[in-house]
Amino acid sequence: MLKLIVQRLLFSVITLTIVAVVVFAMTDLLPGDWATAYFGKWATEEGLAAMREEYGLNRPATERFAEWVGNALRGDFGDSLTRKKPVVELIKFRLRNSLLLGGLASLVTIPLATLLGISAGLRRDRAPDAIISTGSIVGMSTPEFVIGTLLIWALSVGLGLFPSMTLGNPDAPIVDLLPNVVMPTMTLTIASTAYLLRMVRTITINVLTSEYVEMATLKGLPRARVVFRHALPNILLPTINIMALMLSGLLGGTFVVEVVFNYPGLGRALVDAVSFRDVPMIQAIALLWAVMYVFFNLGADLMTTFLDPRLRSLRG
Amino acid sequence: MSQKLLEVEGLTTGFRTQAGQVLQVLRNVSLEMQRGETLGLVGESGCGKTTFGMTLLGHLRPGGQVMAGSVRFEGVDLFGLGPDELAKIRGQRVAVIPQSASSALTPTMRVGEQIAEVLTLHLGLAGAELQERVLELLTRVHLPQVVELVRRFPHELSGGQLQRVAIAMGLAGKPELLVLDEPTTGLDVTTQAHILDLLREIQESTGTAMLYISHDMGAIARVCDRLAVMYAGEIVEDGAIDDVFADPVHPYTRGLLGSVPRLSYAGLPQAMAGRPPAPGEDAVGCAFVPRCAFADETCKTIDPALEATSRAGAIPHLVQCHHWQRVLASGASGQMRDLKARMEQDAEAEPLLELTEVDITYAKRGLAALVARWRNEPEPPTTVSGFTITIHRGETLALVGESGSGKSTIARTIAGLLPPRAGQIDFGGQDLASAVEGRPAEMHRKIQIIFQNPDASLNPRHTVKQILDAPLRLYFEMDGKGRLDRSGALLEEVRLTPRYLERHPGQMSGGEKQRVAVARAFAAEPDLVLCDEVTSALDVSVQAAVLELLAGLQANRGAAYLFISHDLAVVRAIADRVAVLYQGRICEVGPVAEIYAPPYHPYTETLLAAVPEPAPGARAQLLAKDVPEAEPPTRGCCFQRRCPRRIGSICDDEAPPSQFVAEGHIIRCHIPLADLGESQVDLISPAEIATQGAVVDGK
Repeated sequence: MLKLIVQRLLFSVITLTIVAVVVFAMTDLLPGDWATAYFGKWATEEGLAAMREEYGLNRPATERFAEWVGNALRGDFGDSLTRKKPVVELIKFRLRNSLLLGGLASLVTIPLATLLGISAGLRRDRAPDAIISTGSIVGMSTPEFVIGTLLIWALSVGLGLFPSMTLGNPDAPIVDLLPNVVMPTMTLTIASTAYLLRMVRTITINVLTSEYVEMATLKGLPRARVVFRHALPNILLPTINIMALMLSGLLGGTFVVEVVFNYPGLGRALVDAVSFRDVPMIQAIALLWAVMYVFFNLGADLMTTFLDPRLRSLRG
Repeated sequence: MSQKLLEVEGLTTGFRTQAGQVLQVLRNVSLEMQRGETLGLVGESGCGKTTFGMTLLGHLRPGGQVMAGSVRFEGVDLFGLGPDELAKIRGQRVAVIPQSASSALTPTMRVGEQIAEVLTLHLGLAGAELQERVLELLTRVHLPQVVELVRRFPHELSGGQLQRVAIAMGLAGKPELLVLDEPTTGLDVTTQAHILDLLREIQESTGTAMLYISHDMGAIARVCDRLAVMYAGEIVEDGAIDDVFADPVHPYTRGLLGSVPRLSYAGLPQAMAGRPPAPGEDAVGCAFVPRCAFADETCKTIDPALEATSRAGAIPHLVQCHHWQRVLASGASGQMRDLKARMEQDAEAEPLLELTEVDITYAKRGLAALVARWRNEPEPPTTVSGFTITIHRGETLALVGESGSGKSTIARTIAGLLPPRAGQIDFGGQDLASAVEGRPAEMHRKIQIIFQNPDASLNPRHTVKQILDAPLRLYFEMDGKGRLDRSGALLEEVRLTPRYLERHPGQMSGGEKQRVAVARAFAAEPDLVLCDEVTSALDVSVQAAVLELLAGLQANRGAAYLFISHDLAVVRAIADRVAVLYQGRICEVGPVAEIYAPPYHPYTETLLAAVPEPAPGARAQLLAKDVPEAEPPTRGCCFQRRCPRRIGSICDDEAPPSQFVAEGHIIRCHIPLADLGESQVDLISPAEIATQGAVVDGK
């Protein structure tokens, strides 16, 4: 088991190295450089030269890459070009806000989607399934900004329960953010529950029509035992990986929802950085996302390996 | 209390299609079973055997419904019970043993728990008593090291072990009736022989009644006292097994029995024409009319009823046929025919493919191999080792052996899918060592493969025309018209009509699909066809026809076959020469007549003894234990661990010498030939089969 963890960690490091190269190359090898990107059509020879001098852009790419990676490993991603502050300082609170929003959304989504998906699968083609499945298609096909807008219309404008947008700074205390996070959470939950529950439903149906579930029924076991002891573990195992993907998506910040509610998260920070061509900021957020994806997938893989007896003995 | 354990009366089940049409699966089935009776149920696939078996537990697959009739277990109508009452019967009074234990056991639960839950539920056992009972059950089905075994998960056991666990699970609730749904299909013949023996033993000691569903007449003959034959959802014949085997009175039973290849006779069996109707293709009158040689106007209009024949006996003999007396009077059926003009053992015959000292391994390659070497891991023994054989032009060489013996591995290497690790492969003067990508197109054309399962080897989205067009376009310069004509001609050659050109594989039966696969292989006009278990997925009735087709094509086209099969009776019918493989090493090789007569290699003997012959009273002999071996031993004889005739440490230490028995017949064994000649295996002689036929003649 330990060998496996070490091995998988090693692979994760390799993956992240490749991601770092790609992220760096993307922002570096494109036509122009930071300076031209930053100044755009207002570029002057002197301005460009000064900036290239300041950030050492005239040095070879490999040298700058090594420096960038070295600094990143120490938690230093340089200064933002627009804000002139350390990137880490700027990202820190936005990451916290995104984790808060994504975390809350996941906390609701995962149990809710699992429950709904399994109930729909258990009552396949009957009324509860029809209702849940139709609901999920509606939820999936309605864009998040529509859901968000509808929520604002109903809960803010109509009932006045929650503020429609966040006015505070990104570094506001969590307690102050709580009223603001409710509606974005609801929006994200609706969208991702709709998606996840369909996956769970399909897996449930496959497991329930499997020979081992039929066999368990023919042994005379009560329905509850068939479902909970024989079917459930086999339904949950394949969903873990889907959930990991979803989690990394949710926690990394979600641009549309953040814009609709003016929520100060990572997604918006990235879009701002892109529009201001704030290269150090883009690199840092891109790398952060990669780390989260790798981390969650690693976690999901290790979890399934630990929980699935077939994988356990295979990988020993 | 009535003696009758089970009464099925006029049972009709079916399902409703989305168009609202009702398709019947079982049609007016009536059947009774006494306590302790063992009833075999045979029929081609899709005839409703499994559906019927499941109704004995009050179970229908989703979508199915009972339309008429009843299933009464000890007088209680199972389909009139609620879920709770049914659950009390299932597993406790009626239990099922599934076809494939590997998919019927829950993968995330330990096998011990899966047995224990039945005991807890039905017998209320708990604690130490429960544990003890689980171990007792596992010991009962002859599983080794039961204490560790209960902690294992299903995937950690071999196929034979899993089937034993499933049997233990079935026995756990001490049921009065066991429904066995093809419990040995998919197992090696040696394992099957052990399982059948166990079932017989259980029946004798517990008196449990059994419904044994199978397409394997040999297995049924081994286990059952009574036989019922199902066709298109109806019981067409039902009687004591001796009676039905000796004098089948329904034309369908005759056809089925006649199409089984016999181990004891080197001929091809008679194939049955046509195929069973699909649900919904119900016609007026007898369902068997389109395939029946005895049918007349009466049969087309009046549905025959199940009636008793004149034969008196403890078990009534019933048949559903207007003309059973005529069938009976018509004499013996199922004559074996030696269709194949066997190749003379001819030293002059031109060698086509020569493999010399070929080693094949699935061991790690590339980076993984370097890592393994760096870590000083010992290299595992090669999967196939020192494989030397010659296939001559126009000859059929059969490779036989249990699963894991390396049969398919060798075919993969010849096809170029798996490069050999060492050794020479010479094909018509050219070196074949290169992988498939490195071979010239002409070589690809000359070597073709037919796979076991046509469902997997034919693209379901292509029409037959497209399927046959591909090799023609690839290997020959032909215009569209030429290819179309050629495809039509190929279909005629495999006895399908050009009407099939526009069909998709999904619109054909298994036998028809396999014919298309054969046609595709022959489209390339190959010199060598690799046939990998080509009839294993087919019903016996169809198998005979495909074998006949292969033999005919060979006679016309002169192609050589490498015929891979686990079925020794089929091999006897089709092969010129046979190589017996164990763990990738040749044990014995020789002309077919020599292989099926003493002296035998101990492994050949073990295999032959394990085959259940479709004759009542025929008893398979269990020579070797059915312990699965993951890897061949590193030295000595490959069969040392399981050999029933092991003579001592010489078997473990020294590679056995090649003993020359006759022209081209080699046995690799330390035991002197004279001793090997004294075999314990006695194949039923052809004379005895003739006698069976004569009995029919006499009546």
